[in-house]
Amino acid sequence: MTLLKVDALDCRYGLLQAVRRVSFEVEAGETVALIGANGAGKTTLLRAIAGVHRPNGGRVELDGVDITTLPAHRRVGLGIALVPEGRRLFPSLTVEENLRVAASPRRPGRWNVRSVLDVFPMLQQRRRTPAASLSGGEQQAVAIGRALMSNPRLLLLDEVSLGLAPIVVDAVYRSLAGILSEGATVLLVEQDLTRALRVAGRVICMLEGRVVLEGAAAALDRDHVVSAYFGLRKPA
Amino acid sequence: MTLLNAALQGVFLGAFYAVLACGLSIMFGVMRIINLAHGDIAVFGAYVVFVIVEHTGVSAFVAFAAALPVMVVLGYLLQLTVLERSLKSGILTPLLATFGLSIVIQNLLQLTFSPDVRSLGGSAGALTTASWQVTGGLSVSALGIVVLVVAVLVFGALQLFLSRTRFGWMMRATAEDADAAELVGINSRHVYASATALAVATAALGGFFLAIRSVFDPVSGPTQLIFAFEAVVIGGMGSLWGTLLGGIALGVAQTLGAQVHPQFSVMAGHLLFLVVLIARYGGGRIALRVAR
Repeated sequence: MTLLKVDALDCRYGLLQAVRRVSFEVEAGETVALIGANGAGKTTLLRAIAGVHRPNGGRVELDGVDITTLPAHRRVGLGIALVPEGRRLFPSLTVEENLRVAASPRRPGRWNVRSVLDVFPMLQQRRRTPAASLSGGEQQAVAIGRALMSNPRLLLLDEVSLGLAPIVVDAVYRSLAGILSEGATVLLVEQDLTRALRVAGRVICMLEGRVVLEGAAAALDRDHVVSAYFGLRKPA
Repeated sequence: MTLLNAALQGVFLGAFYAVLACGLSIMFGVMRIINLAHGDIAVFGAYVVFVIVEHTGVSAFVAFAAALPVMVVLGYLLQLTVLERSLKSGILTPLLATFGLSIVIQNLLQLTFSPDVRSLGGSAGALTTASWQVTGGLSVSALGIVVLVVAVLVFGALQLFLSRTRFGWMMRATAEDADAAELVGINSRHVYASATALAVATAALGGFFLAIRSVFDPVSGPTQLIFAFEAVVIGGMGSLWGTLLGGIALGVAQTLGAQVHPQFSVMAGHLLFLVVLIARYGGGRIALRVAR
């Protein structure tokens, strides 16, 4: 079953075109990694799917419903959640308030404050701490937990490893592995190619706003991915 | 004793300024809008109460209770129709938009009610005149107590609302990062409109207090705005309890100033405002900013 369908999506910042006629689909239960160099348009694409960047053309469909013009908060109600680049927690709110403010009354399910704290035990002691005074890893855990609170059908992760120590990144991905194994549908942006190929079932590579390579992670030749990543060779 | 009494009267006066400033603080804290029409909205609220009293003959307090929901709805619509659009086009536009709104409100009030000076003191019952002589030099007016108690209740309730309720968290989250708030399912338009509705409601309360403790006319707004603005700045921009304390500090400065000379009253408040500005931001930096 196709959960997400992106069709000929165009996104601009003024004169700069960040995403050019991008089309792809994500099946329910799939983990898809979006890779590409800085400025390839990955973040803009995720923001357009989540509804905080209004596209200039094309369509976004969730489970067959056209959501292209829907504001972001309504998309959360339909089951899309984005963990934004840079985490973007609410600094004066405590960990627990950050989580509870994101709970969607219309989307009950497996995730609540308790189950999120079970997955990220390091937050247990920090429940009443303002998000501003957390470490980077703890903040990332809250950001992921906050996205889970609305029990999303599609989880979008934008560079969860950005600015974190490698050991912390490992811990975050260990927690994520548990979430992924429960059959969540995830579209993630990851700079670390090796990690992206390991976590995802399928990889989409973007270059200068376009999709230049797409395929099953296991079937892709690493050199081929690298050349698509940097645009060294025009893909066939 | 005279000085102590003056300071006490200053606390009562300051509580009134704090109520006026409350909405200004909310709108700045949540949306970074400096609402130049805030004083006029307060006076508009006083006129709504005035109209209800004139037509029905009920007490001013009953009329205010009836006017409050009207003001809440008007505040919500004000955000959706005027302020929301102006917010989209940068930081200067809301300033210009509310400045224009201020002129519109003043002229509409002039047109409808003539420039006559009005007061609701007469329809507020014995409360406006009752007072107690505590000792020889100290007197406490019933109205002063009411305003002070209401001010503390309003600020306390707001504080509880923002720190304890889910909608309060939603408001703080939207104030800190509106984009991220949308991403967790918060309707930022609704939150902004609710903040403006709340601000307009407290402005109306300020206007109501103005109307029962003294007089008002269609152009009373800008003066009230200046006092409210000074209270917010003295207390620290965007801090609620700071605004209450700032209002009281301003009131005390004014009544103590009046002890020096009756005409020095308002000036003393302005001087306190200036001193706080210089102490907080440094005289050199202010001079630099003015020079640029």
